[in-house]
Amino acid sequence: MTARSVIEAGQRAGCTPWARYLLDARRWAALAPSPGFSLLALWGEAGVAHAAFLDETRMEVLLASVAAEEGRIPALSPFWPGAALFERVLRDLWGIEAVGGTDQRPFLDHGRWPLLAPLSARPPAHSPNPPPMEFLPATGDGVHIIPVGPIHAGVIEPGHFRFHIQGEIIVRLEVRLGYTHKGTLSLMQGKPPRAAARFAARLSGDSTVAHSLAFARAAEAAFGVEAPPRALALRVAMLELERLHNHLNDLGFIANDAAFAAIHARCGWLREGLLRAQAEAFGHRLMMDRVLPGGVAQDVSAGGIEAILTALTAMAAELPEVLQIYDRHASLQDRVAGTGMMDARLVAAFAPGGVVGRAAGRGFDARLLTGDLAPRALITQQGADVDARGRQRHAEALQSIEFLQALLPALPPALPDGELTVALPARGGEGIALVEGFRGECLAWMRLDGAGGIEACMLRDPSWLHWPLLEAAVIGNIVADFPLINKSINGSYSGVDL
Amino acid sequence: MLVPKLLRNLISRPLTDAPPAPTPPEIVAELRARLDEASQARLGRSLAIRQVDAGSCNGCELEINALQNVAHDLERFGLRFVASPRHADILLVTGPLTRNMAEALTRARAATPEPCWVVALGDCAVDGGVFRGSYAVLGGVEAAVPVDMLIPGCPPAPEQILEGLLALMEANA
Repeated sequence: MTARSVIEAGQRAGCTPWARYLLDARRWAALAPSPGFSLLALWGEAGVAHAAFLDETRMEVLLASVAAEEGRIPALSPFWPGAALFERVLRDLWGIEAVGGTDQRPFLDHGRWPLLAPLSARPPAHSPNPPPMEFLPATGDGVHIIPVGPIHAGVIEPGHFRFHIQGEIIVRLEVRLGYTHKGTLSLMQGKPPRAAARFAARLSGDSTVAHSLAFARAAEAAFGVEAPPRALALRVAMLELERLHNHLNDLGFIANDAAFAAIHARCGWLREGLLRAQAEAFGHRLMMDRVLPGGVAQDVSAGGIEAILTALTAMAAELPEVLQIYDRHASLQDRVAGTGMMDARLVAAFAPGGVVGRAAGRGFDARLLTGDLAPRALITQQGADVDARGRQRHAEALQSIEFLQALLPALPPALPDGELTVALPARGGEGIALVEGFRGECLAWMRLDGAGGIEACMLRDPSWLHWPLLEAAVIGNIVADFPLINKSINGSYSGVDL
Repeated sequence: MLVPKLLRNLISRPLTDAPPAPTPPEIVAELRARLDEASQARLGRSLAIRQVDAGSCNGCELEINALQNVAHDLERFGLRFVASPRHADILLVTGPLTRNMAEALTRARAATPEPCWVVALGDCAVDGGVFRGSYAVLGGVEAAVPVDMLIPGCPPAPEQILEGLLALMEANA
């Protein structure tokens, strides 16, 4: 039986636009991977676990749920390696134990919160008493440990990296996150989606538009409403702008981590030009809080489109030259080519989204689901190394410029009443959305109570599947190449920490 | 390819923005009064900054990094980022202070030699921002270490961060 038929044999629940099925524990345990079927996310609510899968053949999402009898569910991680991190968090936040899971250690819970399983029905009080963290061992001649973090040397987010090293070669890396856990999901509960949108906008600041848009689309699906046409187009424009400024940032920082300052400086300058144009157009450099459930917070300013188009012209003129400089410097090529390779079997097993997946030949982009990207326009690379991830970003940046140059001069007019948001009714519902941010697909799911408040929700950043692959991709590389590999993947800490 | 570009850049005008307008004297005076209590010795005009993310969404980090691009060029003002708190004069702290980061921040402060100034950057660092009241958040940075200066904003734009840091330098001069 395929995973799809196992799920569809369950009891259908009313999630839109993709259905959710309630399975019994026996069927849940029978969910085995099949080709073209991948795990997107696993999360909980009080007494229930939910999983989202992607059917790549039909280009559809499918949801499955299982009741946690006595707080236990059968584990998915023995068959779905990407589930392991989710299962650790399922226990940390919802108190649901995945029986038979491959990793039983806590992840986000460092033993420092005043309660246990904060999102469970009745979280027990807990006197903070952090136990020493346990790490997977590595043994062998001359193996030694380099502990790094939570505070890192640069201006980046906090996390602990535990390296096992033999000579200069990385034998094992383990990433321990949770340092920026802010209790985001608990703060969203009970609030109407428009009030909770500010938390989606701050799940991961660099993806503020993508997560806000996923959240907005999930809310609109749950309510059964659609934003006005001009708002829909403005949101797509902001999403591409966000992809562009982040790809430029990453291209610059990848070069910078190979000590190649010229590309970093040029990309930084081009990006700054874009951020200033975004501030002029939308009143905020990163466009935070501009996407709302039901529409957008404001229209683009009078001179805003002109400012953005000017910045795009400068970028379109210079990006090909940046790639030439990159190609013609052997010292740079030496650092990036063949560095941080991702094993094809691991890519197949984890099915990572975004640049990480596409740079390893995985032909998925969430914009395919909404028709925002034509299948023939999909760009992929085969290298699966730092070089391929850099080239993928470069190619996607050029593509986003083209999209924006076509979209911005032809925005649909505002409705006669000038409204850029629709009213949200005070009723229940359940919705899910998948939006392609610059890192990959951002998933938002919510169930609303009868009064239109959030009963349960999940925001899932693509980094959930990228961090375990970073751990694998660095094996066999030298320690000095770690920053380069890490930057080429660029996982979000805050996005996973919730 | 790179060489002609470099030559061209030698004769072209700089990309870097003009420095921000001078800080109003009353703000400098107020800061100086606060700093005098904290500082035992004067440091001259060059200051080393250690940034600590105590739980942010990474929005503030994007803008702090933007301070170092060619448009803002932070180092021309004698401000530079360092890798270790032991080399720092300023701890630039972002994020609502999460319970999971409180110990790391306290240790970073303990590792920073005196005189040291703590700058809380961003609305979250000021008072917890939208995350105030969460079980996982202690509040603003002040919940763990004494704070000398606040730079609000969500996130503050590079110009605002620069104004704040320059005011700190003025007060210290």
